[in-house]
Amino acid sequence: MSEKPVSLFIQCLVDSMFPEVGEAMLAIFDRLGIPCLYPAGQTCCGQPAFNSGYRREATAAASHFITIFEGAEVIVCPSGSCVHMVRHAYPLLFADQPEMADRAKAVGEKTFELTQYLVDELGLDDVGAHYPGTITYHDSCHLSRGLGIFTQPRRLLDKVDGLNLIEMADSDTCCGFGGTFSVNYPEISTAMVDAKIDNILATGAEAVVGCDISCLMNILGRLSRRGEPVKVLHIAQILAGAGQGEQR
Amino acid sequence: MSRNTASDYNREAAKAIASPLLQASLQSLQQRFGKGAMAIWAGLADPEKRKRVKASRMRTLAHLDIILTVLADKVRERGGRVYFAETAQDAVDYTLAVAKKNEVKRVVKGKSMTSIEINVDPALAEAGIEVVETDLGEYIVQLAGEPPSHIIAPCIHKNRKQIGTLFAEKLGIEFSEDPPTLTRAARRALREKMLNAEMGLTGCNLACAETGQISLVSNEGNIRMTTTMPQVHLAIMGMERVVATMDEHRETLELLTRGAALQNISTYVSFLGGPDQDGGRVREFHLVIVDNGRSKILADPEFREVLACIRCGACLNICPVYGKIGGHAYGAAYCGPIGAVVSPLLDGINKHADLCKGETLCGACRDICPVENDLPRMLAALRHKLAYGSDQWQTRQHDPAEAYAFHLWQQLVTRPALYRTGLRLGRLLQWPFTRKKKLIAKMLGIASGWTTSRDLPPLARRSFTEIWREKHPKTKGPAQDGKTGQESGTEKESRP
Repeated sequence: MSEKPVSLFIQCLVDSMFPEVGEAMLAIFDRLGIPCLYPAGQTCCGQPAFNSGYRREATAAASHFITIFEGAEVIVCPSGSCVHMVRHAYPLLFADQPEMADRAKAVGEKTFELTQYLVDELGLDDVGAHYPGTITYHDSCHLSRGLGIFTQPRRLLDKVDGLNLIEMADSDTCCGFGGTFSVNYPEISTAMVDAKIDNILATGAEAVVGCDISCLMNILGRLSRRGEPVKVLHIAQILAGAGQGEQR
Repeated sequence: MSRNTASDYNREAAKAIASPLLQASLQSLQQRFGKGAMAIWAGLADPEKRKRVKASRMRTLAHLDIILTVLADKVRERGGRVYFAETAQDAVDYTLAVAKKNEVKRVVKGKSMTSIEINVDPALAEAGIEVVETDLGEYIVQLAGEPPSHIIAPCIHKNRKQIGTLFAEKLGIEFSEDPPTLTRAARRALREKMLNAEMGLTGCNLACAETGQISLVSNEGNIRMTTTMPQVHLAIMGMERVVATMDEHRETLELLTRGAALQNISTYVSFLGGPDQDGGRVREFHLVIVDNGRSKILADPEFREVLACIRCGACLNICPVYGKIGGHAYGAAYCGPIGAVVSPLLDGINKHADLCKGETLCGACRDICPVENDLPRMLAALRHKLAYGSDQWQTRQHDPAEAYAFHLWQQLVTRPALYRTGLRLGRLLQWPFTRKKKLIAKMLGIASGWTTSRDLPPLARRSFTEIWREKHPKTKGPAQDGKTGQESGTEKESRP
C-alpha cells in the first residue's frame, strides 16, 4: 500500500456546510493507516466562477489553489466536480501562460477523487466498512461522464458489510443542480430533481448515496421540501462505516 | 437579466413542465432514442468511426472555401445553379426571385431547419405563394400554426388525440385518433399538393463536393416527390453541410441515420444534383448555400467545432433540460443542446443569453454526439462572452450585478483569512432563518431561487477547518496569501 500522506482538498461546501463528510474521510484514511495533511489556506477551486463564465475570477482562484497545493504529494477530494475542475478546466484557464499551465498540469495529475484514489491508486475495494441498510447510488455528471468514474464507487459499496445497493433508473441523469443554474432556472432545476427523486423512491432504498455533495445538497433540499424520509449520504460517510452523517 | 425574473425561457419552460402530456412524450422520446443511440455507439463494430468522421468534418471545415468551390463547380457542370447567400435575407430574396421567375403559385417543402432559420415561409406567403410542408410532422405543426419543437421529430409535443382534432378541423375529416387513419388523411391531402406544385423547396442533409450532389434522407417518401414532381427544385443548405468525398459521405451518413432515428439507413436516401437530363419533370435545380453568420463561427477556433454538427438531433434525445422543457422554450430555430450553442452564435449571444446559461453542463450531449462535439465546453465559452462582453461577438456584459458578485467572491477565495471571517459572518446572519427548522425553508435575494422549491442546509456550526484545527492545536493559523502551508506538517501530528 502507498505510504504517501494524503493532502485533503476539502470542497468548500463540505468545509462550510457538511464538515461531517470531511471527518468521514479522515476516519477512512485513519483506518487504512494513511496519514492525512490539511493544507492551510484552501478555499474554493474556482468552479462556480468558471461555470458561470467568469474566467478572470476563476483563474485567480485556480492560482491560489495551485499555490496552496503544489507542495503536496497526493491530493484527494470528496467531490468529482472539483477534481474535474482542477484536471480539465485549469489547463484551459492557463492556456496562454505556459509556466502556470505546467504547474496546473502537475497539480492536476496528482489530484484524485476519493473513490478513484482508493480503488485505482491504492488498489482497494474493501475498506472494512459496515453499513446496515439499503441504499441507491446517484452518478454525478462531472464524476461519471467527466472523469469516467462509474465502477469505483460501486466496487467500494459492494464490499461494505451489511449494505444492499439497489440501482435506480437513469442513475447517470443529471440531478438538476448545475451551480447557479439551480437558482437562475428554479423551475427547470426542480423538474429535474423531481425526476431524480422519483427514481430514488422507486427503488425503495432508505438512503441515496453519491460522491458529490453539491448534487446531494440539491437532492436533500428537495426531498426535505417534499417531506420524503429518504436519507442523503456522501459515500465517505458510508465508507467510514460509523453510521455518522444522518440526514440533518 | 435572467436571475429570478420570469424570462421567456423560464416562462415557457414552466408551461412545458406543467403539461403532463408533453412530459410523457419527451420521456418516451428520450427513453427510446437517447438510450438507443448510446447503445448503438457502445456497440459500433468500428469504435474509431466517430473520431474518423469528426476528423473529416474538421478537415473539411479547415478547407471549406475550396471544397465549396468544388461543390459549386460540380453542381454547375450538372446543369444546376448555385447561389452563395451571405445573409438570410439574401437567401430569401433569391428564393423569391426564382419563384417569381417561374410563376410559382405553390411550394411544397421537404423538412428543412435552415429554411426555418432564414424564415423563408412568411416571405413566400406574403408574395401570394402557398407553402405546404410535406414531412408529416412538419405538416402537422404547420396546420397548427406552431414552430417545430424538435430538429427531427417536429411534432413531438402533440399526441394523436390533438392531431385528430387538428385534422378534423383543418382537413375536414371525421375525428379519429388512429395513427394509420390520420396518416392516410395526410397522405391524400399532401399527394394532391405535391402533384400540383411548381416548386419543391428542401434542405440538404449532406452535400458531396466530389460528385456535386446533395443528399436528403427521409422515411416517408415525401422528399422524393417534392424533388421530382415540381419543375423547379430549390435546396437550401448551411455552408458547413458539405463533405469532400463520397467515402466521407457514406461514413457521415451512417452516423446521421443512427444518431437521428437508430436506423442503419433511412428508408429513402435521395441524391440530387441538377435538372433532369432524361426527360424528367425537373427543369431547374438551384442550390442556395447560406452563410448567415457561419463564417464568423468558422473564424473563431473556440466555436468552429459546432459546425461539425451533422444535425441528427441526438443531443435533444438525451439532454435532461430538453427532456423537461421541450423545444419551444428555446425560442429559436434550433433547440436543445445544439440550439443552445448555435442559436446564440447565429442570432445574437445577448438575445439568447438564457440558452447559454440555462443548462447544467452535465455532458450527456457530448457523449451522445456522433461527432463528439463538446457542446458543454462551448456553452461555458459562451458564458465567458456574456460575463465580460466581447467586441468580436458584438456582445455586451449580460449581468453587471452578477459580475460584481463574482468580483467580490474572488476577493474572498484568494484571501483565506477574509474567507474564514466571511463564513463566520454567514453563520451569524443565517440565524434568523434557522431558528425553527434544521434546514432553511426561505431565503431572500438570489438564494430565493433555491428555496422556492427546496430547503437549504445551513452553514455548519463548525467548519471542517475549525474541527481540524481543534484536533491539531499545535499548528498555526492559516498560511498567508501566496504561501503554501500544511496545517499538519508531520505524520505524527496528523495521526495522533
